[in-house]
Amino acid sequence: MAIVTHDADEYVAPAAIPEMELYHPKTWLGRYVFSQDAKVIAIQYACTAIAIGLVALVMSLLIRVQLGWPGAFDFIDPSAYIQLVTMHGMIMVVYLLTALFLGGFGNYLIPLMVGARDMVFPYLNMLSFWVYFVAVLVLVASFFVPGGSSGAGWTLYPPQAILPGTPGSDGGIILMLVSLVLFIVGFTMGGLNYVVTILQARTRGMTLMRMPLTIWGIFMATVLALLAFPALFVSAIMMLLDKIIGTSFFMPAIISMGEQLDYSGGSPILFQHLFWFFGHPEVYIVALPAFGIVSDLLSIHARKNIFGYRMMVWAIIIIGALSFIVWAHHMYVSGMNPYFGFFFATTTLIIAVPTAIKVYNWVLTLWRGNIRLNVPMLFAIGFIFTFVNGGLTGLFLGNVTIDLPLSDTMFVVAHFHMVMAVSPVLVVFGAIYHWYPKMTGRMLDDTLGKFHFWVTFLGTYAIYYPMHYLGFLGVPRRYYAIEGTNFIPESAASLNEFISIAAIVVGAVQLVFIYNLFISYYRGKEAGDNPWEATTLEWQTAETPPQHGNFGEQLPLVYRWAYDYGVPGATQDYIPQNVPPSKASGGVDNAE
Amino acid sequence: MTATLIFMAVLMIVVAWWLLKQTMDTQPWEESSMGAIIGGHGGRSFIQVDKKLGLFVFLAVATSLFSLFISAYMMRMELGDWRPLKDPSLLWANTGALVLSSVAMQWARSSSKHGQSSRLRYAVLLAGLFAFAFMFGQWQAWQQLDTLGLYAYANPAYAFFYLMTGLHALHLIGGIVVWCLAAIKLLRGVELSKVNLSIELCAVYWHFLLLIWIILFGLLLST
Repeated sequence: MAIVTHDADEYVAPAAIPEMELYHPKTWLGRYVFSQDAKVIAIQYACTAIAIGLVALVMSLLIRVQLGWPGAFDFIDPSAYIQLVTMHGMIMVVYLLTALFLGGFGNYLIPLMVGARDMVFPYLNMLSFWVYFVAVLVLVASFFVPGGSSGAGWTLYPPQAILPGTPGSDGGIILMLVSLVLFIVGFTMGGLNYVVTILQARTRGMTLMRMPLTIWGIFMATVLALLAFPALFVSAIMMLLDKIIGTSFFMPAIISMGEQLDYSGGSPILFQHLFWFFGHPEVYIVALPAFGIVSDLLSIHARKNIFGYRMMVWAIIIIGALSFIVWAHHMYVSGMNPYFGFFFATTTLIIAVPTAIKVYNWVLTLWRGNIRLNVPMLFAIGFIFTFVNGGLTGLFLGNVTIDLPLSDTMFVVAHFHMVMAVSPVLVVFGAIYHWYPKMTGRMLDDTLGKFHFWVTFLGTYAIYYPMHYLGFLGVPRRYYAIEGTNFIPESAASLNEFISIAAIVVGAVQLVFIYNLFISYYRGKEAGDNPWEATTLEWQTAETPPQHGNFGEQLPLVYRWAYDYGVPGATQDYIPQNVPPSKASGGVDNAE
Repeated sequence: MTATLIFMAVLMIVVAWWLLKQTMDTQPWEESSMGAIIGGHGGRSFIQVDKKLGLFVFLAVATSLFSLFISAYMMRMELGDWRPLKDPSLLWANTGALVLSSVAMQWARSSSKHGQSSRLRYAVLLAGLFAFAFMFGQWQAWQQLDTLGLYAYANPAYAFFYLMTGLHALHLIGGIVVWCLAAIKLLRGVELSKVNLSIELCAVYWHFLLLIWIILFGLLLST
């Protein structure tokens, strides 16, 4: 076999930056607790997020028990019920999904996928996790203060959020707001890291348009989060002042329990504007990393390049930009000017265009691919279905006239659970099944994984499909129990019971997944370096799991994009990004 | 939300323009592009050092924060109970102090660039001194309002005044921490090359905070 020599400098530009100086921990504490290695921080983030997410999962089951069999548990009284609803929502959206996608997957994948040794500001990265951790502790502390945690609904609308009569309107809401402020501070530290690392620390040859879509998704989501979280910060600070020192930013003149309060003239609508200016981009902060990851999963497991890569990149960017001008579609019932509503309905429908482009491209990536139905692929395909379903009901709710009757019904609950709860969570599962072999060196159990997928996927449909129907009947959300009404038929109660049974089954099956995570760590099949035969850099590391510094002696050089699957004339059906052109095309290599 | 939207629009246009330049004519899947040096990517997208770029990203976040406060201010102002605040005239003097601080910082930056270490020490100390003077002045302004009984809960205009000046001061405190570290190094007589970057970042941050203050002050004066 001819020995192929190639001169790297012929193909990639000379290094523009010196090698990163790595931090070397000297103590056990520095290595595993206050670690500055992005991979360790990623796992810390992921474990914390999943732990608090499990708490929120149990809460959702308690909510379902109350809805399916009202009054079954004595400790779920109306206050406890609304507290459960509030905390379930807030934890899932902010403390689980945002932290897991950006803090967890972001930290793990960014340096590995762009070919960097670590994040550019490792110390700040470590600090970011610990501030997040404290934020979670403060949130958990709110369960134990007198009056319990906040019961204001996850949107925390004033005036009710801080008025007596709402559960947790003293300690609960204060701790919730403080926790959010901490979360934002911690996230900003992490976010600076993700953005600067992606811009400045890519390895030689890794141009922007050679980055895997996972990185694009995480990048844009981080930009959105950096710009949108300040809106939550502003509203949290102002509400804290309203609560603690009695300003009237949001609080109107109000009589509470027969007593005239000291507030006057504030505007609850102002809060809604600020909250949703954060709240809507937040949907995409969760969705964009999911979009990116799912694109990579589909391409890798279908052994085909992603369809329309450049279009996919631009769709991510355009969705990100548009997500800042649709916020008021959450406020159609706030009594806004009809022209205002028309504007926001229009922008909302426009944002469906780049999103639909992405869906078409995913389907076209599957088209005539050499599909391998591995567990990550099952989750990725499941995501497409769920996301399309959730997206279609979004078209209903995006239109003012249809939204008005459906507002605050179970239809809304079903819509946003499909589109921004189940869909991203399916991607989280797919991503964990996909990258677990890299993180631990062992495969997750396949049979358990398939069982987990099918029960979760079908189960969520059993939960949320009927819920749309309940919404059409007019069943309102956030109600503890519904009695003595004429417009809701008896059968709605049986349907609720069915939904609750499905929810409990799906909830229980997640234990199988947790069991799988533990058992496979010890007994799983050895994964090797590249079990999925993927092209991206994280699969080309010298060791699995990658050591501190990621790539051994020398950083990889990148010669091609991330999607060289099934290239005609190549010796393998995939060509890793760090394989030089002369080696891949057969040519000299095959001329033995 | 107009103020915020204008800022977001400008930012998004800049980002999109930059990305467009990077991506428009690349077709990474083409055989011909494989192995080719597209734009000669040698590892980083901008020539700025990482910390400086990090600071710029942070400034974008801070701008978003202040623009949201300004938006909230303008929306709250429309409502009936708003009583305009007669701004303490001390604020003019404070503004002067902050301008001088910024000028001194710029002086420090240029002397550190030219390696004039004695001048640099002078300039850095002066910049810090004026920054402290500004903070002290702001505190005095708070005291004046307090003695007049213009508490934060008395009227939203007063509340916004405390909130905005407080938040601006908090940002400046963050800068002063970095300034302190650099000043200590300078007094110990370390090499210039070890403080150059801190001085430069401080200068950029100082100018940014001056700009924000001028915008906030203008807003307070005009309403």
